Amino acid sequence: MASPQPRVGVVTYPGSQDDRDALWALAALDAEAVPVWHEERELPDLDAVVLPGGFSYGDYLRCGAIARFSPATTAVCEFAEAGGLVLGICNGFQILCEAGLLPGVLLRNESLRFVCRDVPLVVERDDLPFTSRCATGQTIVIPVKHGDGRWFAPPELVRELEANRQVVFRYAEACNGSVDDIAGVSNERGNVLGLMPHPEHAVDPLLGSADGALILASLVEAARKRVLALI
Amino acid sequence: MKATVLVRPKQGILDPQGEAVESALEHLGFSVSGARVGKVVDLEVEAGDADDARAQVERMCEQLLANPLIESFEVEIHG
Repeated sequence: MASPQPRVGVVTYPGSQDDRDALWALAALDAEAVPVWHEERELPDLDAVVLPGGFSYGDYLRCGAIARFSPATTAVCEFAEAGGLVLGICNGFQILCEAGLLPGVLLRNESLRFVCRDVPLVVERDDLPFTSRCATGQTIVIPVKHGDGRWFAPPELVRELEANRQVVFRYAEACNGSVDDIAGVSNERGNVLGLMPHPEHAVDPLLGSADGALILASLVEAARKRVLALI
Repeated sequence: MKATVLVRPKQGILDPQGEAVESALEHLGFSVSGARVGKVVDLEVEAGDADDARAQVERMCEQLLANPLIESFEVEIHG
């Protein structure tokens, strides 16, 4: 039997920019990439969801603050609460923080400058559905492009996250002023992950790095296992 | 009833915008320190009285207008 193709949705909000790249990258990694419009109240039958980068709702009020109220975001929250796999990239990370699915908040970069470059990231754990193709301690190179990527949480919350091993990616060099150079965090259960760098822009050596495929292929593989578990 | 909400970066939160504004003011020859940049939201709210208006606007702040991790807020009701 051919291995089943998992269905991975990508939500498009008004102002999303990287939805097409995410769809393309997921399809290239052998997932059935399913576009999801922000007005959809119910998600189609999906094995994982990606919230892409961009500037949903023009970043009005705070990044991600308005997208939280989209019908599709409500559906994604329900999907996550039921244990579904959710990956938020850049603006998607900001939305997940504002929606309360992930801890912390993303603030204006310390430099006040938009950063757009490849950054080395250290993988802090390889036992999540998003990092199974990586190795703990491995450094991967993935581009960032953001003006509001300074992850922040109060010290007591950071301690709690470290103790729960919810810090999943860390910048190997200073990037935007994030607390403890944190680039990506998961929820306690480990089925929701957000990160500022863009794995979908690094899935082919032609793009300068294919390291992003390690994250997305991990997700596709985890989604595929879920399909197999249902058969 | 008219209300004004002031949203500020909490004490201790790095505010690079405030620092940039402060530095720009210094370029203009002003001697300043401690500049912080926040937001103002003016709105009109349907409410029975000022207390009701305040209670509603405070709920708005908690649920949307401010992010409690990083921002504090102040509500003014203008009768």
